[in-house]
Amino acid sequence: MTGVWKVGTVTAVHAETPTARSLQVEIPEWPGNLAGQHLDLRLTAPDGYTATRSYSIASAGPGTLVQLAVDKLPDGEVSPYLVDEVRVGDELELRGPLGGWFVWRPDQAEPVQLIAGGSGVVPLVAMIRAHEAAGSAARFRLLYSVRTPGDVFFAEELAGLQKASANLDITWVYTRRTPDGWPFPAGRVSPELLADATIPASDEPTVFVCGPTSFVETVADILVGLGHPAERVKTERFGGA
Amino acid sequence: MAVISRGFLGRKRERRDDLPPGQYLTEDFPVLSAGPTPRIDTAEWSFAVQTESELHQWNWQQLHDLGPEDIATDIHCVTRWSKLGTSWRGVSLDKIFETVKTNYHFVMASSYGGYTTNLPLEDLLGGKAWIATEFDGAPLDPEHGGPARLLVPHLYFWKSAKWVHGLRMLPKDEPGFWEQNGYNMYGDPWREQRYW
Repeated sequence: MTGVWKVGTVTAVHAETPTARSLQVEIPEWPGNLAGQHLDLRLTAPDGYTATRSYSIASAGPGTLVQLAVDKLPDGEVSPYLVDEVRVGDELELRGPLGGWFVWRPDQAEPVQLIAGGSGVVPLVAMIRAHEAAGSAARFRLLYSVRTPGDVFFAEELAGLQKASANLDITWVYTRRTPDGWPFPAGRVSPELLADATIPASDEPTVFVCGPTSFVETVADILVGLGHPAERVKTERFGGA
Repeated sequence: MAVISRGFLGRKRERRDDLPPGQYLTEDFPVLSAGPTPRIDTAEWSFAVQTESELHQWNWQQLHDLGPEDIATDIHCVTRWSKLGTSWRGVSLDKIFETVKTNYHFVMASSYGGYTTNLPLEDLLGGKAWIATEFDGAPLDPEHGGPARLLVPHLYFWKSAKWVHGLRMLPKDEPGFWEQNGYNMYGDPWREQRYW
């Protein structure tokens, strides 16, 4: 059941960026999850104090091995613990899967445009993985905005999929610093860029946008301006306004 | 039984009676929305209450003619942030319902952009709910639900529908948008009614 706390054991940790890492957690009672869902994670101090936060799930499907990827918030309470402290063998309490809106199901045949800002890529990676695992013929396109090349989550996997997958196309946007020799200057997403590098509204894609609030607000406004009906633009925002 | 998290101490804390279980304090005003932010001109804005027999409507001026009031309240989002001592200005739903006759006990609030959320009528009456048009002394920003949002601060904040456009009276409780997508039908933060 969604509402019940389950115990999971950390089985692997991996540094994704200088401030973020991914965690593999084996949760024997996990019922599986849809791509794009999230979970609640609860930490308990020795005096019984608890702190709970929601995290997007990077994995999808029926298994009991769940992957999270967490970016450390400078004044965070739970994320610094997950990024700096947790190690393999530690137990965590989790509840979920949660959310039934920001999800992609393998029986969806329409084109899908994914747009991520920073760690907002996590639920979108789950969708890309589900798309690959299902051998879906749906056209997938990801536009991934990061500050610098070192801020890319799941960099190797995404670069590999970009080469290997016939139905996935990735556009990288660097807002502060580009890789050496990159043909475009660093800059934020603009109406021109989104018009050039995303599936046009005339193809009637479902669009998933995830990232910091200001990024999502900007992108969603541009998408509506480009003719995407608001009900086909699904958003997930995080962080303060 | 709870698992003690090795090495986790948590923030320095004081016991607070004004913070519901599982919530943390924020000074920010985070945004949670499922889609793009609608932009509605107050000249075009309207608000309707549909009962079993009648449709009542107010435009922006008619709403304000009902007499807005200042509201000081705490707000609690299901994503676990709480913001204490927020200040709003808005029109009490008691004033809206002064002229509305209905035998139905449930309400579906609907918004520009298509969002819906369900509430019992009694939770909208008795000085507990407003149509809010100002936050912190300024017109409500579109991303926070402007020009007008429902404000029902004793329930989780997804019940305080942004960009509110109307209320439809219902003979029985029906799930709104988040309520169909995994969230609780009622949403009392003090009983931690977050999910199904």
